Amino acid sequence: MTDLGTSPDEVQFRFRDDEPADHGTVTVDACCDQTNATAVRIEPGDDARVLLPFLDRLALVEVNFPSFGDGRGYSAARILREAGYDGELRAVGDVLIDQLSHMRRCGFDAFAPDKPLDEGDARRALEGFGNVYQSAADARKTIQELRHE
Amino acid sequence: MNILTGNDLKTGEVVWWDGQNWSLSVHDAVDVGDMGEQILAAEEAARRVNVPYALVASRTEEGVRPAHIKDRVRALGPTVRRDLAVPTASKTGWDWVI
Amino acid sequence: MYQYDQYDQAMVDARVEEFRDQAQRRLDGKLTEDQFKPLRLMNGLYLQLHAYMLRVAIPYGTLNSRQMTALGDIADKYDRGYGHFTTRQNLQYNWIKLEDAADILADLSKVEMHAIQTSGNCIRNISSDHFAGAAHDELIDPRPYAELLRQWSSFHPEFTYLPRKFKIAVIAAETDRAAMRLHDIGIQIVKNDAGEIGASFYVGGGMGRTPMIAPQIREFVPLDQLVTYAEACLRVYNRYGRRDNKYKARIKILVHEMGAEEYTRQVEEEFAHLLEQGVEPPLAELERIKPFFADPAFEDGPKSVDRSDPDFALWVDRNTVRHKHDSYVSAVISLKPVGGIPGDATGDQMRLMAKLAKQYSFDELRVMHTQNIVLPHVKIADLHALWTELEAADLGAPNLDTIEDIIACPGLDYCALANARSIPLAQRISENFAKNGRTEELGQLKLKISGCINACGHHHAGHIGILGVDKKGTENYQLSLGGSEAEDVSLAKITGPGFDEDGVIKAVETVTDVYLEAREDGERFLDTYRRIGMTPFKEALYD
Repeated sequence: MTDLGTSPDEVQFRFRDDEPADHGTVTVDACCDQTNATAVRIEPGDDARVLLPFLDRLALVEVNFPSFGDGRGYSAARILREAGYDGELRAVGDVLIDQLSHMRRCGFDAFAPDKPLDEGDARRALEGFGNVYQSAADARKTIQELRHE
Repeated sequence: MNILTGNDLKTGEVVWWDGQNWSLSVHDAVDVGDMGEQILAAEEAARRVNVPYALVASRTEEGVRPAHIKDRVRALGPTVRRDLAVPTASKTGWDWVI
Repeated sequence: MYQYDQYDQAMVDARVEEFRDQAQRRLDGKLTEDQFKPLRLMNGLYLQLHAYMLRVAIPYGTLNSRQMTALGDIADKYDRGYGHFTTRQNLQYNWIKLEDAADILADLSKVEMHAIQTSGNCIRNISSDHFAGAAHDELIDPRPYAELLRQWSSFHPEFTYLPRKFKIAVIAAETDRAAMRLHDIGIQIVKNDAGEIGASFYVGGGMGRTPMIAPQIREFVPLDQLVTYAEACLRVYNRYGRRDNKYKARIKILVHEMGAEEYTRQVEEEFAHLLEQGVEPPLAELERIKPFFADPAFEDGPKSVDRSDPDFALWVDRNTVRHKHDSYVSAVISLKPVGGIPGDATGDQMRLMAKLAKQYSFDELRVMHTQNIVLPHVKIADLHALWTELEAADLGAPNLDTIEDIIACPGLDYCALANARSIPLAQRISENFAKNGRTEELGQLKLKISGCINACGHHHAGHIGILGVDKKGTENYQLSLGGSEAEDVSLAKITGPGFDEDGVIKAVETVTDVYLEAREDGERFLDTYRRIGMTPFKEALYD
């Protein structure tokens, strides 16, 4: 069958040490039907929660952003992390510099943008904010927590 | 006639295509015929103009007059702050707008 | 009022530098306009009819004199000497250069201000009761809760690319001065039967092309779950709000199409899940915020004024509002001079209002959604001195809540979306009624004008509403009656076919004539309309 997903060499930024998964990525529907799928691709209209029973066998979840303005993938990512998924969570598609830091906060740890991003601009965007106002999928302490330590 | 307008990327000022460049005066606008799309694409890509579009206008004794009231307000300034009118366009009276 | 600590300041400073970098990337061609647009919008920068426009956030409408002075200085330094106070308690500058925008944001950050999320498909600046902390009828000051939500909503990583914009209002009185139920989320701070403070949530209200009154979806959310509940409301919206049609993308459409009951069920499910995730800030944070909003040191003093000057007495009657301390009032500075532009103030006027706030109101000012300014805590003994200075600066119009106190959006004079001009109507109507002397007789009459269907001028909520439309390239105006944004919230109904500019001005006179003829003792225009219905008005307008 054809692989829907991106290959490891299309991943421009990766914040994990393990070997990237490199095998057939299937749709959410196929993933629920197939007992051996280990990589899945979520489209904006998919319900990430249907994957929850299968998280143990998944090594890669790609979340597609066909257009950067469609923010459903941010919720999908957090939902997976909240459910304990600790495999690779890869943002693919129309991923831009100024979305990276929010995506990191929602649990994405790999990025495969359609168009490669300027490395310097990306680093700057990721390092811009020293602190955060709200708790999300990363382990960062919030400003409110820091205030009351 | 078909004319082109947009905003200057840096300053935001309303500008009109005069055949060579972008002018602050609507009265410098030229008829681009059916070349509008082509000029807009090239000028926008070169960042010489921002969010440009084509519109219909007519040449009158008072100068170039856009067909729609919105573009006439754009050309001259807010009707409620006549002190802030675009100087190069204000040879027309305010009746020109409405 | 709230003051930044090093964390708040560092966040705003980081945002300034982020935007400076983004703007530079746009100028360098690394970002297309399509890519840059949401980024500049989330920093308040629009491209309007004539120029860039910058919308500055005034969180819950509260600011101090230093901030108001800075707003005046920015108007002079970077704009054309004035600004426009908006129906969401913000301030807009109309003539901004992209190349100056980051410097303006840096100037704002020096006085603990910003333009973060004043536009874009994200959670917008949170609005509140303009008399918060001063009102005699409030349960508690709602602003600490608004501040808690301000922090939560700023740079929220999950909710920055929502289907559409998202507006939240927080109040804490039965009297609604913030159009609470016409927001995406309206929160009323309440006390339950056990005497505990909590929050009632109303979700799915709004104006725009499909006006809706928000239904209550939860009567009581405990204070230590407030942020978590809001997060649940937003997550359901982010996941299921419509993205196929921008005109159906607001949460009101989701709640309407899904049904309030089903939406509520999903929110409750998400809420139960999120409670396990520990997203709520520590309750100690609310306790940290509260003292910033503690009462100033009120002193007993005279409780009445010398009414020998009738102009002064009129202003006191019209423009001052009962305060929780009986030696004080809240004084409203009208930005609606007869024939003027609703909500506009010059740099000099802003600096003067700042000076007066410092002198007479414990350094505090508020912006009303009706585009006026409040000095919340003025000693009754100081009123005459205050009024004298306001009069001299053309800020003493005695017309709060009258037909001259018109809300008007910028309309076609400034706005790229507008179909018709709003401001000239407001100018002519206020002149008309000032001239015919009926303003006083008409009493409370809320007239609201929008220049397009997006309803920034709140025409759906006007006792009399006017909507500008484009009729084959000319301006045309629809008249509507019977709206209210207050606790007696209702949506106005259209009278019938539209009018041209002269026609609608005449029509406003006609409906006020019908009211004066039909009213019974103590009835406002709205009350009479509700009692007698549309028919008599229609007959007078069209027969």
